[in-house]
Amino acid sequence: MLISYLEIIFKNYLLSLLIGLPIVGAICTIAVRGDAYPQRARVVALMTSLLSIGLCIPLYLGFNSQLSHLQFQENIPWITAFHVNYALGVDGVSLPLIFLSIFTTLLVILAAWRSVQLRVGQYMAAFLIMQSMMIGTFAATDAILFYVFWEAMLIPMYLSIGVWGSSNRSYASIKFFLYTFFGSAVMLIALLYLGLQSPSHDFSIASFYPLKLTMPEQIWIFFAFLVAFAVKIPMWPLHTWLPDAHTEAPAGGSVVLAALMLKLGGYGFLRFSLPIVPDASRLLDGVMIALALIAIVYIGIVALAQVDMKRLIAYSSIAHMGFVVLGCFMLFAIMKHSHNVLMATMSLEGAMVQMISHAFSSGAMFLAVGMLVYRFHSRLIKDYGGLALRMPLLAAFFMLFAMSNVGLPGTFGFLGEFMIIISAMQASFWITVIAASTLILSAAYTLYLYKRVFFGEISNPAIASSSDIHGFEKLVFILLALAIIFFGVYPAPLLNLMHASIDAILQLSLQTKL
Amino acid sequence: MIMLVHLLRFPAFPEMALLSMICIVLLISLFVKQRQELISYVGAQCSVVITLGLVFYLHRVPAHVLFNQHFTWDSVAYCIKLAILTLSIFVFIYARGAIQQKSIPSGEFYLLGLFSILGMLILSSANSLLSLYLGLELLSFPLYALVALERRCANSAEAAMKYFILGALASGLFLYGLSLLYGTTHTLVIPAISQALLQAGQSPIILSIGLVFIVAGIAFKLGAVPFQAWVPDVYQGAPTPVTLFVGAAPKVAGLAMASRLLIDALPSLHQQWQPLLAIIAIGSFGLGNLVAIVQTNLKRMLAYSAIAHIGYTLLGFVAGSAFGYAMSLFYVLIYALMATGAFGLLIVLSQSGHEIEHINDLRGLNARSPWLAFLMLLIMFSMAGIPPTAGFFAKMGILQALIQAHQIWLATLAIIFAIIGSYYYLYVVKVMYFEEPESTMPPLRAAQDAYLALSINAILLLVLGLFPSQIIWLSKAAFLTINHPVY
Repeated sequence: MLISYLEIIFKNYLLSLLIGLPIVGAICTIAVRGDAYPQRARVVALMTSLLSIGLCIPLYLGFNSQLSHLQFQENIPWITAFHVNYALGVDGVSLPLIFLSIFTTLLVILAAWRSVQLRVGQYMAAFLIMQSMMIGTFAATDAILFYVFWEAMLIPMYLSIGVWGSSNRSYASIKFFLYTFFGSAVMLIALLYLGLQSPSHDFSIASFYPLKLTMPEQIWIFFAFLVAFAVKIPMWPLHTWLPDAHTEAPAGGSVVLAALMLKLGGYGFLRFSLPIVPDASRLLDGVMIALALIAIVYIGIVALAQVDMKRLIAYSSIAHMGFVVLGCFMLFAIMKHSHNVLMATMSLEGAMVQMISHAFSSGAMFLAVGMLVYRFHSRLIKDYGGLALRMPLLAAFFMLFAMSNVGLPGTFGFLGEFMIIISAMQASFWITVIAASTLILSAAYTLYLYKRVFFGEISNPAIASSSDIHGFEKLVFILLALAIIFFGVYPAPLLNLMHASIDAILQLSLQTKL
Repeated sequence: MIMLVHLLRFPAFPEMALLSMICIVLLISLFVKQRQELISYVGAQCSVVITLGLVFYLHRVPAHVLFNQHFTWDSVAYCIKLAILTLSIFVFIYARGAIQQKSIPSGEFYLLGLFSILGMLILSSANSLLSLYLGLELLSFPLYALVALERRCANSAEAAMKYFILGALASGLFLYGLSLLYGTTHTLVIPAISQALLQAGQSPIILSIGLVFIVAGIAFKLGAVPFQAWVPDVYQGAPTPVTLFVGAAPKVAGLAMASRLLIDALPSLHQQWQPLLAIIAIGSFGLGNLVAIVQTNLKRMLAYSAIAHIGYTLLGFVAGSAFGYAMSLFYVLIYALMATGAFGLLIVLSQSGHEIEHINDLRGLNARSPWLAFLMLLIMFSMAGIPPTAGFFAKMGILQALIQAHQIWLATLAIIFAIIGSYYYLYVVKVMYFEEPESTMPPLRAAQDAYLALSINAILLLVLGLFPSQIIWLSKAAFLTINHPVY
């Protein structure tokens, strides 16, 4: 009786469980008085995270990657007066991102084991709640529910930057909050408008897809979405919150920002902009490609000039996310010039792969810098040098992550960039040339950083007496390195997972709704 | 027995009972000398709770009018009376500790408060211009006196004078508007006015003048631009328990007044009052949100935030649909709950001997008391309109009503000012969480009942954010019978 009951819950409410579990865990970390007894909070948080990973297994096994429609669907009326439903579901686009959220949170918890000593209970609770909100955002199939998760995430992020950040944290956190709130608030108007237009008057995202919309309507909605997603991803010129937020945030905060928060923008383009307003996207794809190329080249050059390690990686993130935008909006040009559907699919898949690989490489680099800051209390490149002599393990791992960031073949970072550049060839020669310049630029700033930090003379006496990474730090790096190499060599499981869903998104984007 | 049931089902019985209980409390507090503070508190609290029970008992009584049509019983009245009485319970719980501490005469505080509540109840059931005006004055006069309750404080006296003079002026304007309305329609009864205006067809210019005065009166009572000048001074000058009282329930009653006059009496002038209210609303949330940013005094900041929230509340009226009115009601209910929580928290924090006046006095609250800081965090994010708090759904309802009425630009403007306004709420959170407390601050002491009530109040904001459906349906049901605009 009990077993069958549990089985039903497991089958039908798996996504709700994944969303609810971290919240329960967060309440527990506070309830066991995690601030006064930090070890308890750490253990509770780790257990919660491991349980979440355990729940991923039935999710992965039960998912049929041949189908493009939503699976594990739940639909419960929530706010009947507003026609809002508690509707969840996953497809091949959201599933990898959900796994990514869970994996990243585990890394954050492990990495904070020693380095966070202030209000540990609240720290763990904030990141667990963030995990839950993140999963909710990716799993929501009701637009208002999506918005609720999307916005609610700002609260723990705001606190995590502000409470555990470095010296200029108040400024950075308020800037972060206002920027993203501004972007998403405009999106709310568009979502409410779409909900009103839809025949059933509800906010199911799927019901927005077949909606007929005139061109002016589409353009307004496109810009409303664009502001929201361009701030999150972030696109030049709305990127200025990101270097501040990344730099001032604690290591865990930077990782979640880089690995997950930025992905929401790309996810939004794939889930909302392209399928809901395809005609406006086709009309304005030139603008988007131009902005993406500016991000790739200009921000790449800016990254070269940074003296602060975290800031450098932050700018490199913006440049890499430029590739995601490029991959998302190149499909119209590809279809126009070569009618090659395969290449258009590849460009969209490239965007997805780039999002995930960037999460690993930049997340890993932020973690490594976080460990350095914890030991030597400085983010400035000039305070380092010769680390490879004292910390050979860290240096070796960092090299791998840096190579993935550069896009060296055999690492995960290569895959996404390669897919996008190949398909760009079908769109335009010049787009390819400009986009490919990133291979040089990113190699330049990453290797230059590596040279100054890890090679050369030991100038800082603190470094001379330091020891290498140990314990959980090693574990974190091993997990990340395995992921980067595995997907770099054998990406098929990931690509298979998303293929059908990406195809469906492509079909929706190529239709016309006029 | 049958008599009793009849009496209990008499719609005006809660008001009558409250009045009788007020008289009893008055006598008791006059003649009992020992433990006067406790006895008048218990008396007042019992009166409110009993009245609440009586109102609740009426929920099955069908809508009808009585007392020669001067008094109405309908779902709007039911909804608003419940809200006013519930808020008053919270207010009295929070106020008690501060009254003891500041040696404010307690008998007077509770009695004036009860009289004001009686005025609110009458106002929300008013079906004629006469009972409406009487209810309004019964609501306002005790408030003037309450503001001046801290006799020896110059700020208090100044605030009370300002409030009284401006309030008297606004009442005069309002009464003049009502008299013009009476003059053109020859009736005091609200539904009859509505009928007369419908049959008259073209509205004379004198009616428009009357309408302007009436809207001015409503705007003053709600504290909306351009009649907002009293709000910051009164909020800051009055003792905090009184600010708490002024800041919550009277706003709900003010909305009832606006709904009785604009929706019930003047629906045919919809075309004229809608743009007026739109300007008032834009001015209110614009000015309120912008000026609140530069405030350093917490009570003054909350005053400007109140102006802004009233602006958002009025937007539902601007939408001009039954759904819009319902969302206005929903918004004001949620706002009143947030305001009660915010001022309640100030009172609780002030009890450890260190009066909370400036935003910086909250510094490092998270280190001193994580739970209270979390409650304040909920209230602040709810005021800023961030999900999953109730404040978000209140704003979303208003936006949805505006978009349904094809007023997308107004909706966009509203949300842009909401973003600007979120800054000062974030600032409060920043001060509480990102900064460490000064070591000289005394440890926090809070009365158990106030602490519990505060927890319920703030957690309610979260719960109503996660499950807002019931209260939205309640607000929608209140305006279900209104089909508007049909003119």
